[in-house]
Amino acid sequence: MADPYLIGEDMTGGYGGADILHDCTISVERGEIAVIVGPNGAGKSTAMKAVFGMLQLREGRVRLDGADISHLSPQARVRAGMGFVPQTGNIFPSMTVEENLEMGAFIRDDDISETREQVFDLFPILRDKRRQAAGELSGGQRQQVAVGRALMTKPKVLMLDEPTAGVSPIVMDELFDRIIEVARTGIPILMVEQNARQALEIADKGFVMVQGRNRYTDTGKALLADPDVRKSFLGG
Amino acid sequence: MDPLSALITLTNFVLIPAFAYGSQLALGALGITLIYSILRFSHFAHGDIMAFGTMVVIYTTWALQSAGITGGGVLPTALMAIPVGIAAMVVYLLVVDRLVYRYFRQVKAKPLIFVMASLGVMFVTNGLTRLFIGTSERRFEDGQRFIFSVREFREWSGLAEGLALRSAQAITILAALLVMLALFWFLTRTKSGKSMRAYSDNEDLALLSGINPERVVVITWVIVAALVVTAGTLYGLDKGFRPINYFQLLLPMFAAAIVGGLGSPIGAIVGGYVVAFSEMGITYAWRRFFSHMLPEGMAPDGMMQLLPVDYKFAVTFAILVIVLIFRPTGIFRGKSI
Repeated sequence: MADPYLIGEDMTGGYGGADILHDCTISVERGEIAVIVGPNGAGKSTAMKAVFGMLQLREGRVRLDGADISHLSPQARVRAGMGFVPQTGNIFPSMTVEENLEMGAFIRDDDISETREQVFDLFPILRDKRRQAAGELSGGQRQQVAVGRALMTKPKVLMLDEPTAGVSPIVMDELFDRIIEVARTGIPILMVEQNARQALEIADKGFVMVQGRNRYTDTGKALLADPDVRKSFLGG
Repeated sequence: MDPLSALITLTNFVLIPAFAYGSQLALGALGITLIYSILRFSHFAHGDIMAFGTMVVIYTTWALQSAGITGGGVLPTALMAIPVGIAAMVVYLLVVDRLVYRYFRQVKAKPLIFVMASLGVMFVTNGLTRLFIGTSERRFEDGQRFIFSVREFREWSGLAEGLALRSAQAITILAALLVMLALFWFLTRTKSGKSMRAYSDNEDLALLSGINPERVVVITWVIVAALVVTAGTLYGLDKGFRPINYFQLLLPMFAAAIVGGLGSPIGAIVGGYVVAFSEMGITYAWRRFFSHMLPEGMAPDGMMQLLPVDYKFAVTFAILVIVLIFRPTGIFRGKSI
């Protein structure tokens, strides 16, 4: 079987002190959406940060397109083709939407206008608000700015940490639609989600984590249908 | 009643001097606000750095003058010396950053530690200035002294009240405007300027976007050097150079930055003028103004001066306290301190 495009394999580690992740494996295949779900404190975000290089792994490794990138800093991983949208603090609030996108493309020296147009096509509301300070936008619009910013480096894989945290259910549905659209442009997406049911519905693959360990790993559909998963994590 | 005379008096004694002083404060406050938003500490050495830079400009001016290179009797020679002063201060500030601040950045020290470090830099810089040029007042203004003098204005207008515009004031206002425009152009139009704002907005995300913080820091010091030397030279041309006066400028400059909203460049400029006009307005003897404004016989007996000029810093302090109590983020909603 071919190697997944991005995989954090057998990851063990934490933020110094006690380990948070134990032998945890997270991966995403080309052209797919993978979702990490689980109860509060299960280490979902930590697992994603580990894949992105934001915490020291004691064991395990991260591979991108077959190459071992375990030793790379987060910045170097951005250059290697990973896009990351943090859960909070993911925009430059006093800068305009357009400037946010421009800063997203800071490491690029070529013409970014084409990528910017693609982002505007993906998130039309951002085109209308391009001259407005990102901090003045609504929660859902900010998340679109954040995802747009990450897309500006033309990443080969996009990682989203709870993109729908703190937005209303209607906005959440819209954000999920947008994320599916991003995935349709061919960018594999790995995301952490609180709203397990909706997330698994759009996921090709789901990782259910509990206490820093993989508990269930299957396709999104299979997990939704699994009575154990339903009972424990999806509220019946 | 003679409102025109009243207006001319006011312009001569309050508006023009306050506008010039406000411009000098605004340039200083811009530096403070930039350091606060990028390096995230209150730069207490600002006044003495300003004195040191102005000292370099003065020495260069003297050298130019003795070499026979002057502003042709029109513009002050010191304007030509400003680039030398800026270059010297860029080197000085970068060396200080290397020796002092960088270490504290690396160990991620608390802002208060940075402030104390800058206090140390202040003492050392102050000592250096006094060692080189001494503590007494130096005048280095040359060229044409007035754009128009009181007498010229009287003859031209035929009015009883006089109005003068000194070259130093006009140059200050004009130069400050140019510097501010250049700074805003840099911050909003260039990639480096935008990366500075991004870093100020969200340090982690800036790192994630590939912005190199050390580069941002260097650019900040270069801009601060330019602002500080320009402000110091303009202040010296306007009011003469004494190191102690530059140290004392620290209070009104910080007040300006805080009143406008720390971290907001527009705020620093507005704050500079607010502080300058308040200081001038409250320490000005309004008697002549009111004797023109009020009907005959109602002219005030007293000086109509709210506070003696010696207490001008009390005005600044009062503004600072009022802002910190009622609107700690300042006029333009900067970062609360």
